[in-house]
Parts: sequence; C-alpha cells; structure tokens
Amino acid sequence: MSVPMSKTSRAGRWGINAVAVLGLLYLFAPIFVIVLFSFNNPAGKFNIQWTGFTLDNWANPFSEKQLTDALWVSLRIACISTVISTILGSMMAIALSRYRFKGSSGINLFLVLPLTSPEVVIGASLATLFLDRGVTFGYVTVIIAHVMFQISFVALTVRARIRGFDWGLEQAAMDLGASPIRAFWKITFPLILPGILAASLLSFALSIDDFIITFFNAGSLVTFPLQIFGASRVTIPPQINVLASMILFASIAIMVLGLVFGTLRQKRQGSVMRKH
Amino acid sequence: MTRLLRLKTAGNTPEVSGLIVLLVLSAGVILIATEIAAGIGAVVVGVIMAIALIAYAAVVVKGNPETRRAVAPYGLMKPGILWLSIFFLAPLWALLVMSLSSKESRFDFFPSFSWEWENYSEAFTRFRPQFVRSFLYAGIATVLTILVGFPVAYVIAFRGGKYRMVLLGLVVIPFFTSYLIRTLAWTTLMNDNGPVMSVLETLRLVQVFEWLHIVDNGRLLSTPAAVIGGLTYNFLPFMILPIYVSLEKIDTRLVDAAMDLYSSGSSAFRKVVLPLAVPGIFAGSLLVFIPASGDFVNAQFLGGPNTTMIGNSIQDQYLKQLNYPIASAMSFVLMVIITIGVLVYTKFMGTEELA
Repeated sequence: MSVPMSKTSRAGRWGINAVAVLGLLYLFAPIFVIVLFSFNNPAGKFNIQWTGFTLDNWANPFSEKQLTDALWVSLRIACISTVISTILGSMMAIALSRYRFKGSSGINLFLVLPLTSPEVVIGASLATLFLDRGVTFGYVTVIIAHVMFQISFVALTVRARIRGFDWGLEQAAMDLGASPIRAFWKITFPLILPGILAASLLSFALSIDDFIITFFNAGSLVTFPLQIFGASRVTIPPQINVLASMILFASIAIMVLGLVFGTLRQKRQGSVMRKH
Repeated sequence: MTRLLRLKTAGNTPEVSGLIVLLVLSAGVILIATEIAAGIGAVVVGVIMAIALIAYAAVVVKGNPETRRAVAPYGLMKPGILWLSIFFLAPLWALLVMSLSSKESRFDFFPSFSWEWENYSEAFTRFRPQFVRSFLYAGIATVLTILVGFPVAYVIAFRGGKYRMVLLGLVVIPFFTSYLIRTLAWTTLMNDNGPVMSVLETLRLVQVFEWLHIVDNGRLLSTPAAVIGGLTYNFLPFMILPIYVSLEKIDTRLVDAAMDLYSSGSSAFRKVVLPLAVPGIFAGSLLVFIPASGDFVNAQFLGGPNTTMIGNSIQDQYLKQLNYPIASAMSFVLMVIITIGVLVYTKFMGTEELA
C-alpha cells in the first residue's frame, strides 16, 4: 500500500520519510543512553557522565540491595494485580462484545473515565478515601490502586481484540449438545485467549511502571519506580541502568515471541480455512 | 447468528431488572465506602443490596435460558463495575469532601468537613502560575507530539509495507523501560556537558537557541523547554498509535480517486487523508494532554524551581505538607478544568470515538 504522489511532491515525500526517521531516532535516543550507561564506570554517585567502560555493573546487577528489593516488590504487586484485573476486565470485555444490553454505552464511557483522568487526581482521591477509612497504606492499597486502572485497560484492550469474534461458534457447540459452560471453555476461551494474554502482559507492564498513583498510595512500601525517584537526588547507581536494560531486553524477547507465535497461528488458521 | 441472539433478548423486563440490580449494588457500595450511609443507614443499604443480589441470583437459577441470557452480561459486569465504583467513584467523592474541609491546626491530619470554600480560592490564587504552566506545557507538548507523531504514523501506515508490525514495535519498545529511568536518561543527554549541548556548541547554535528561549544562560536543563521536551517524548506513542489506527483504515483508492479527478498530491492529502485522520489526532491529543497536564515527573527531573507544574504542587501539598484539603481542592480544579476542556474539544472535533 502506498499513496501515489506526483513527481513534484517527491521532495515532500522524502521530507516526511526523513521526519519519521528522525522521530524514531528521537524515541530511541534515551534508550541508547540507558543501555550504554549500564556499561559506564561512574566517577561519583551519579551515573550521568561517561567516564569509562566496564562490565562490573553487569557482573553484579543485584548488588544494590534496596534497588533489587524494590524490583521484587514491584514484580510481586504486578503479578497479583494483573491476575485480578485480567479476570475482572476480561469478564467485562466478554459481556460488552458478546451481548447487546441496556446501559452498555454508559458502561463503555465509565470504563474510559479512569484512563482519561489525570493520575495525580486518581492517586490523591484514592489516598483520601483510604485516609478517611483509616486503611493502612502498603501492599494492599497499592494492589487495589493498580487493579483499578488495569481493569479499564484490560476491558478495553480485550474488547478491541475480540471485536470480530464469531459468537455463533459457541452457539453451534451448544446446538451439538455441549453445556454453555463447556462450550465456553472448549470453544470460546481458547480462541480469545491470545487477546486476553496480550492485554494482561500490557497491564503487567503498566503496573510495574506505575509511579504517580503508587506514590500516593504506597505509604512506606517502596516499589521499583519509587526507589528510583527517592534515590535520584542522592545517588544514581549504574545498576539502575542494568536492571532497566534487562527489563527492556526481556520485554523485546516476549514481544518477538508473541509476533512469531501470532504469525504461526495465523498461518495455521489460514491453512485450516483453505481445507474447508 | 448474532442477529438471532439479539432477537431473542428482545423481551426487555429481565434486562431492565438486571441493570437496576447493577446500579443498586454500585450505588450501595459507594454509599457505604464513603460513609454517606453510616451506622443504621449502612445496614439499610446493605439489606437492600442483599435483596437485589438474591433477586438476581433467583433469576439466574430459576429463569429460562432466554432470561438468563438477558441478565448474563450484568453478572459478568458486576465485579469490575463494583471495583471501579468503590475505588474510582467513591474516592472522587472523598476528594470533594476533603477539598471543602478545614484543618484545625497545622498538625490536624484528619480535617473535618466545613464548606471551606477558601481552599478553592487559595488553590486558584496561590497556585495560579502552576496551573497556567501545566496547561501551557501540556498544550505545547500535545502540538509537538502531533507534529512529530503524524509523519511517523503516516510513514508506517502507508510506506511500511510488510514491515509495519516491526515499525510499530520500534515505536513501542522504548516504552518498555521504566518511565522514570527514561526521563533520567534525558538529564544525561541534556546536562551542561551532555551530547545535546555539545552539538549545539559545535554548530554554534547556542546563541540562536538562547534567543529562542530554549537555552537559558547556557543551560538546557531546568528550562521550560526541557520539561516540554520531556513531556513530548514520554507521551509521543500515545499520539502515534491512535493516528496510525485511523490512517490504517483509510482506503487508498480514495486517494487514487482524488488524483484521477485531477487533485494534486497535496490537496488529496489535505482533503482526503487529513480529514480521515482526525479521529486519531483527536484521541491522541486527549491521551497526551490529560496525563501531561497532571504530570510531575518531567518537571521534577528536567525542570527547575521556575518550571513546577500543578502536579508538583499537589504532590508537595499532599505528601510533604500533609495539607490534604488544599491538595484536594487543587486536584478537583484540575479535574474540572480538564473535563470542561475535553467536552469543548469534543464538540469542536465532533468525534465520539474515544477508545
């Protein structure tokens, strides 16, 4: 697919291409810095000036204990909140795409609201409710907060991913004698699972990376972003860059696997289609 | 098949009652969570909720398949809606109450409700510069993300060919690193001895940038430009992805048709491609402007004392000064201004596609 252009606009065409390339470079500039500086041997406490190459940081990625602990806290929170939000959000997405019902447009709007409210407002308001009710800040409050913004995200993403799903398949299974529950788990669920998995991975990433809402509701609990924020005035050890690079590479690996898996799946489904 | 399903649910009564049960439960949890209904009131609300729930369960157990199908979506919705009611709607009420409360003394950490409108006037007068800065910076950042994001989305959608997915992946990958670390990396890039400054010095552009007010006294960090640059960077994908989605849907034959009818390349772009990209630009601007106006990370890391945004002040008042009423009033004002802005903007741009 390409938009045909007259010869006179060829310059414009290359202009746009150039801007796009520059745009991509802009997106990657800090990423290069993060990975590069994970090999830096900083002179002072702040890893922001290049002083020399070393592999020490990668040899001892977990030597900054507070940082590593914080990363574990974040991973634990992300696991729990992602499981809860994936279940609740997927149920909503299935209801929204499977059925037409009264109030669904209102519910759609309601789902968008948390994603279009500024995070400071969400964080401050939730913290106020917890303060009013005397809830102790910690793991539970952070998980509650994360689930809150993840639900909307999962519901909307899963709904978008299963928009074209043919619910007649489930009906067909029931016509052939399967109970509704069996029809759902045997037919529908495997087919919408990739969409649900993709949404849960993204919401996992949202949880790990959330800073503003967590900041208001963490109390004395320190998550990975909170540790970085707190430490950034005092010290920026290169281990931050090492851990960030690790997370980056792991994410890229998951994404590439997902792409490969997706194309394989499509090919398989395509060949099934052709057989029919 | 789906039409058949729809016909079957034509009977309305179970549907309406399903919706009513959902609304009753959601209102109930809000009333209890906010303690609007406390003591006896809470018991009454609890009993009403229990009755509604039992009625719903009875319909599910006893009803025929059609009735069940009609009420099923409300059952699936319930846990999620209740979670959002307790932890999204109820907090907003708590925030409103707090914003009208007053502190007895500096050390009163449980302010009580007293129609304290002074909180709002104080929020407006004392923090006016921060409000103005927030909306100004967020607005400029939104325009910049459109200027950078549109060409990127355009090239991926129309010239990406089979590499489209890979290119989209490249747009997303940088955002797999932590938000704070990405922003910290910009301090490395923009500090006084950093690469950006040395490029400017080699090209002898420092004076020009100084004149443009991008560089201040030979420094790039701690300037408004640095904060706006950080905001632009961090929210760029939220502009690229929606624009890409709307461009991808365009049938290129429309452009061919315009060219066949002797439209020039640029006017075909202006009259065909651009209007069809409007929903994407619209959604993207909301997704950039709203979080950017409430952000305080960029101003904290890249800015200085004269570039603080309203997010910084809310955070400072709430978490450091422990002045909850003022912080709540500021949050509420921020939310109301944004909501009004979004409504006006929606009216102008005329799209209903938000998500």
